[in-house]
Amino acid sequence: MATIKATMPGVFYRRPSPEAEPYVKEGGGFAAGQTIALIEVMKTFNEVRADTSGTLVRFLLEDGDEVAMGQDIVEVDAA
Amino acid sequence: MSELIVHSPGLYTTVQDTGRDGHYDIGMPPSGAMDQYSYRAANLLVGNPEDAAALEATYIGPRLEFTDDRLVAVTGADAPVSRNGEPVPAWQTLAVRAGDVLSFEMITAGARIYIAVGGGVDVPEYLGSRSTYTLTGLGGHQGRKLAEGDRLPLGEAAAGGGAPREGAAVADALRPAFWEVTPVRTVVGLCSYRLTEGGTRSFLDTTWKVTKDADRVGYRLRGGTLDFIERQQPFGAGSDPANVVDLGYPVGSIQVPGGDEPIVLLNDAVTGGGYATIGTVVSADRDRIAQAKTGDQVSFEPVDLDGALAARRDRRQRLDRVRDALRS
Repeated sequence: MATIKATMPGVFYRRPSPEAEPYVKEGGGFAAGQTIALIEVMKTFNEVRADTSGTLVRFLLEDGDEVAMGQDIVEVDAA
Repeated sequence: MSELIVHSPGLYTTVQDTGRDGHYDIGMPPSGAMDQYSYRAANLLVGNPEDAAALEATYIGPRLEFTDDRLVAVTGADAPVSRNGEPVPAWQTLAVRAGDVLSFEMITAGARIYIAVGGGVDVPEYLGSRSTYTLTGLGGHQGRKLAEGDRLPLGEAAAGGGAPREGAAVADALRPAFWEVTPVRTVVGLCSYRLTEGGTRSFLDTTWKVTKDADRVGYRLRGGTLDFIERQQPFGAGSDPANVVDLGYPVGSIQVPGGDEPIVLLNDAVTGGGYATIGTVVSADRDRIAQAKTGDQVSFEPVDLDGALAARRDRRQRLDRVRDALRS
């Protein structure tokens, strides 16, 4: 199973703001370059983007979870 | 005009040098490379003076294109480096030509990458330093972190040879270690009298975790609580037991607002304020904490002033050994 990894450490969010819908829903498709998640670190919110297009199978982290650099954040099916 | 073209800036990449020393009295922190050892070693690898301006990249390395023949070296955090997509070693002198592109993969250990280029990054000096202080937007490249499309002016590489040849390397023994728990030697003092005995013990015995907010300003840590001695706060001090009337903050000093999350003040920090500082990380070990990531662990190891000075001398001697080995 392919995954997308965190490119930095910090706190993980799957949506742009607390009330917003997730960037991508489980089972939903995404395009190359599309934002998948936010990671908060060094007092900034940084977008994690997909390198390739595909389908998001499931999130491996909850909103607000701590995430380490290189940790798998979502499982994906490559298109 | 020789330039470095920024294809992608990484997450937080700035121009830094030894720092803007000598202006603390006007509230100006030094800024400068957080890991001075790695930064200076990178300069030595390309034949620069130790204090030439270089790039510091946090968590994600930049992608850079060269516009002429240069020497370049990468030090600091462990991250696979490539020249035109081909892996090249870190901690070594590399030669690049016009059109060559330097890029990085994900960091595997440490937090900050240093990239030195022969001739140095030739942005204008501000108060005697090229270091970027982003909070007030001064120094470095337009006072900010790098952005896609930036073109950085480069200086003239030192004439007369003497620069290391491609492949010259810093010996493994002279490269910094990365720890499971980063030990930072600390002189306990200044306002440490404000802690209870248990508070001091807790400070030294706790393994602290670096929180998400850690940056060039300071490292907030989590993992324990520190009790302050009860007292009637003096006139002019705030009501938090961690408040004092007013205090200058040494670079590397540690304050504990509320008594539960110590903050180590670093290169871009405020120079004074109203919190008790209970100790100061020795200058040599600011290099170590600079390579600790959010989520990493650190512990404070007490040393006296002699221990702090010995640590500083030891770092200087290690850099001298790097220089001497590259000369021969």
